[in-house]
Amino acid sequence: MSHSDTLEALAAAGIPAPVKPLLSVEGLTRVYGKRIGCADVSFDLWPGEVLAIVGESGSGKTTLLNCISSRLTPTCGTVHYRMRDGASADFYKMAEAERRYLMRTDWGFVHQNPIDGLRMTVSAGANVGERLMAVGNRHYGNIRNTAIEWLSRVEIDEDRVDDQPRTFSGGMRQRLQIARNLVTEPRLVFMDEPTGGLDVSVQARLLDLLRGLVSDLGLAVIVVTHDLAVARLLSDRMIVMKEGRVIEAGLTDRVLDDPRAPYTQLLVSSILQV
Amino acid sequence: MNAPVTNEVSQNLATYNFAYLDEQTKRMIRRAILKGIAVPGYQVPFASREMPMPYGWGTGGVQVTAAIIGSEDVLKVIDQGADDTTNAVSIRAFFAKTAGVATTTATPDATIIQTRHRIPETPLTAGQVLVYQVPIPEPLRFLEPRETETRKMHALEEYGLMHVKLYEDIARNGHIATTYAYPVKVEGRYVMDPSPTPKFDNPKMHQSEALQLFGAGREKRIYAIPPHTEVVSLDFEDHPFEIQHFDQPCAMCGAEQVYLDEVVLDDKGGRMFVCSDTHHCESRQAEGHRGALLGDDASTGKEATR
Repeated sequence: MSHSDTLEALAAAGIPAPVKPLLSVEGLTRVYGKRIGCADVSFDLWPGEVLAIVGESGSGKTTLLNCISSRLTPTCGTVHYRMRDGASADFYKMAEAERRYLMRTDWGFVHQNPIDGLRMTVSAGANVGERLMAVGNRHYGNIRNTAIEWLSRVEIDEDRVDDQPRTFSGGMRQRLQIARNLVTEPRLVFMDEPTGGLDVSVQARLLDLLRGLVSDLGLAVIVVTHDLAVARLLSDRMIVMKEGRVIEAGLTDRVLDDPRAPYTQLLVSSILQV
Repeated sequence: MNAPVTNEVSQNLATYNFAYLDEQTKRMIRRAILKGIAVPGYQVPFASREMPMPYGWGTGGVQVTAAIIGSEDVLKVIDQGADDTTNAVSIRAFFAKTAGVATTTATPDATIIQTRHRIPETPLTAGQVLVYQVPIPEPLRFLEPRETETRKMHALEEYGLMHVKLYEDIARNGHIATTYAYPVKVEGRYVMDPSPTPKFDNPKMHQSEALQLFGAGREKRIYAIPPHTEVVSLDFEDHPFEIQHFDQPCAMCGAEQVYLDEVVLDDKGGRMFVCSDTHHCESRQAEGHRGALLGDDASTGKEATR
C-alpha cells in the first residue's frame, strides 16, 4: 500500500491524517535459505492506529511481526520509527542498547502464549514492575502502587499482586502480560494472536479490555491474527498476507465486506456462521 | 601450621611445576586477572583447568592462587571464616607441598588469603590479596538462564532484573531477605556477585586496601576488585541495604560487631554464637577477652572452638 492510498483511505473514513507516520516499513523481506518468510512488505502506521495482519498459518504474519519488532533481523528492507522527539530513526541502524531501551519503554510485545512474555517465577507485582525498575525506578512503594493500579486496570484483584502468574488462569495471565507491557505507557504495541488459546467468553472480555485500553491510551497497535473477527473488532486497517506477500490492504471494514483478491474472498467466506 | 620448604618435599614432587599449574596456564590466568583488574566487576572468561579436587571445592580460587603465588608469599586459607576445616587445611597443605610456601592462620601475616565465603574481620591492608572461591559468578543467573542474554545485559548495563529479585524478596518477606551473595555494583558499572559471602561482609569490599580476586573454576570466569574501588550493595530507596545484626556477643571471646556462627551444643536446645572468623576469635582470647560461655565452662568451650 502506498502512502497516498493510505491517506486517501483515511480521508474517506473521515479520520484526519496526522502529518507523519509513527512507523514506516519499506520493502521488508526475510528469507530462510531458499524459502520466503515475508517478501517486500511496505506500509505506514500512524499514531493511535490499529493495524491487523491476517492470513492463514505459514503466510508469514509472525515473521513479519518479528522483523518489525527486532526479534528477527530482516534480510533486506528498512523500518523507520518516529521517536518521541519527532525525529525518524532507522530502527536497524540504531545501536543495540538504544533499540533494546526503546523496546522496553516505548514499545510493547504481547505474546500469544503468556509464558513467553511473563516471568512465571516472580510475583504479578514484580512482573508489572520490571519495566519500571529497568528504567531506573528504585522506590519499592511506588513501584508496587503502580503495579496494583495496573492490575486493577486489567481487572485483576489487588490481593493477587504477590501471587505468581503460574497460579493465574489463561485469561488472567494474558491480562497480566498486557499490564506488564503498558506500564511504561508505550506508543506502539505488537500483539501476536493475543486471544489465541482462550475460550470465547474470556476472549470477548479480553478484546473489550484491549479496545478500551487502546482508545484510552491512544496506542498504535500491530496485531497479528488468523481470527478475522478479532481483526474486525480491534483494527482500523488490515493487511492480508499469503505466502509471505501482501495480497490486499485497506480499511478493515472494506476488506472484510468487499474483499477484492480471490484469496481474501476465500478467507472471508471461510468464517463459520453460527 | 607453618610448613617451610624442604628439599625432600620438592624432590618428591619433581614432576610438578611450582604451584602445580604449568607456566603457560599461569600466564593465561594472569592475563585474565589483569583484564579483570582493568575492568572491575567484569567476568573474564578463562580456560579453567582440571584440578586435583572436585568442582565446588574451590578449583577457581586454587587456580587464581596458583597463578599469583610466589615463593616469598605467605598463604592463609579460610573456609567460612575457619582456618581448620577440611577444605582450608587441604588447600593450605596443597600449596605448602606444591609451592613450598609458608602458610599461616594469622590474617595480618598473610600476603595471599584464599577464602571460601567470608572476609576476615581484621581489616586487610595494602599488599594483601584476597582470593575468593566462587560457585556461580553470574548474579543474574537465576533470573535469566541464558548466558548469551546475561552477557548482553552486562554489556548494555540492563540491570533492572536484579531489582526484580530484590522486589520479590520484599513482596514475600517484607524486607530484603537475601543474606548472602548479595549483589553489588562495582565502580558504578558492573553488577557483581560477591560469591556467597554473608552480606555482613559487603561493606568490607568497599574501598578495600587489598586486591580482591574471584575465581570460578567450573564456570570458567575470573573477576576482580582492585584496591580502593567503590562497591555498592543494591537496594531500594525505601528499603535500604542493611547488614545482619546479632543480639549477643561471641560466646568465646565476647566480640561484638563481628559475624557469628550458631553452634548447637547438645540435644536439649543448648546453643551458642561464636565468631565465624577463628583467627579473630583466638587472637582475642589470647589477649584475655572472655565470652559468656568460656567463663562458665571451659571444657565445653574448647570443644566448640572446632
